[in-house]
Amino acid sequence: MENFNLSWWKILTIALLYYTVIGGFLIPVPRLAILNETIRLNYFHTPMWFSMMFQFTFSVWTSIKFLRSSELRHDDSAVQSAKVGFFFGIMGLCTGMVWGNFTWGTFWTNDPKLNNTSIALLIYAAYFVLRNSVSDDTQRGRLSAVYNIFAFAVLIPLIYILPRMAQNSLHPGSGNNPTFRLFDMAHNMKFVVYTAIIGFSMLGLWLTNILLRLRRLNHYENENQ
Amino acid sequence: MKISKVFAWVVLFLAPLTLAAQGSSSVQMADTFRQEGKIYVVVLGLVIILTGVVLFLVRVDRKIFKLEKRIEKNSRPTN
Repeated sequence: MENFNLSWWKILTIALLYYTVIGGFLIPVPRLAILNETIRLNYFHTPMWFSMMFQFTFSVWTSIKFLRSSELRHDDSAVQSAKVGFFFGIMGLCTGMVWGNFTWGTFWTNDPKLNNTSIALLIYAAYFVLRNSVSDDTQRGRLSAVYNIFAFAVLIPLIYILPRMAQNSLHPGSGNNPTFRLFDMAHNMKFVVYTAIIGFSMLGLWLTNILLRLRRLNHYENENQ
Repeated sequence: MKISKVFAWVVLFLAPLTLAAQGSSSVQMADTFRQEGKIYVVVLGLVIILTGVVLFLVRVDRKIFKLEKRIEKNSRPTN
């Protein structure tokens, strides 16, 4: 039997995550009113959304592949990556809510960015419900693949276009609130933010990888009973 | 002399020394973890949590790897 070796990219993921956690707390950040040290949440909140987007993009890509080929392994990839993406989305919402409580004074505001994101996540929640309501494998795959494409097509305007058109958003990066302009004065924030985005996205890949392999083992067991 | 008595004398003589140490702030101690609003404690906490998560992931990964290998072995035609 071959010995177990962790793939190089998994080791890289671990290294990037350690850099994020240590650097995220210790590297100096600009001193801004109200934000104070909560600016460091930028290192952990933002990557959640990037990771979610990578997973959802991969999910819709494999859904299209499934529709073209009718191979069930593509359907497996689609649902597992959507699961991981959903997980990261929930984590992003939770971290954002905690942050909002301490800077805006409330967990939730009727901000276009917040509301649209939660709508998008609910659409994906319906994707899982839809999957569970069909018992035939191929039919389930087809239905949910088509639904996944529509969900993704709604996700993009909900998250990227509509909040940017709104003028009254409180969220950093919208309206007159700084996010990426902030990096102009805080050069060393870039290192940690980009590392965190890559690190957490790769962690998402790792989780999807594990879920997919489990699924494959499950299939094998079902076939050989 | 009983050992407890010796101990009592030792403590009695050392007590003023500890007081002196508390009085002066220039004494060098391992203070790193108490500096900067004790942020290092939080960092250490997160590093511990991350280590736990990583160890867990690696273990799960390894278990799946072993299962895969076993199945690979079983599904191969026996020579």
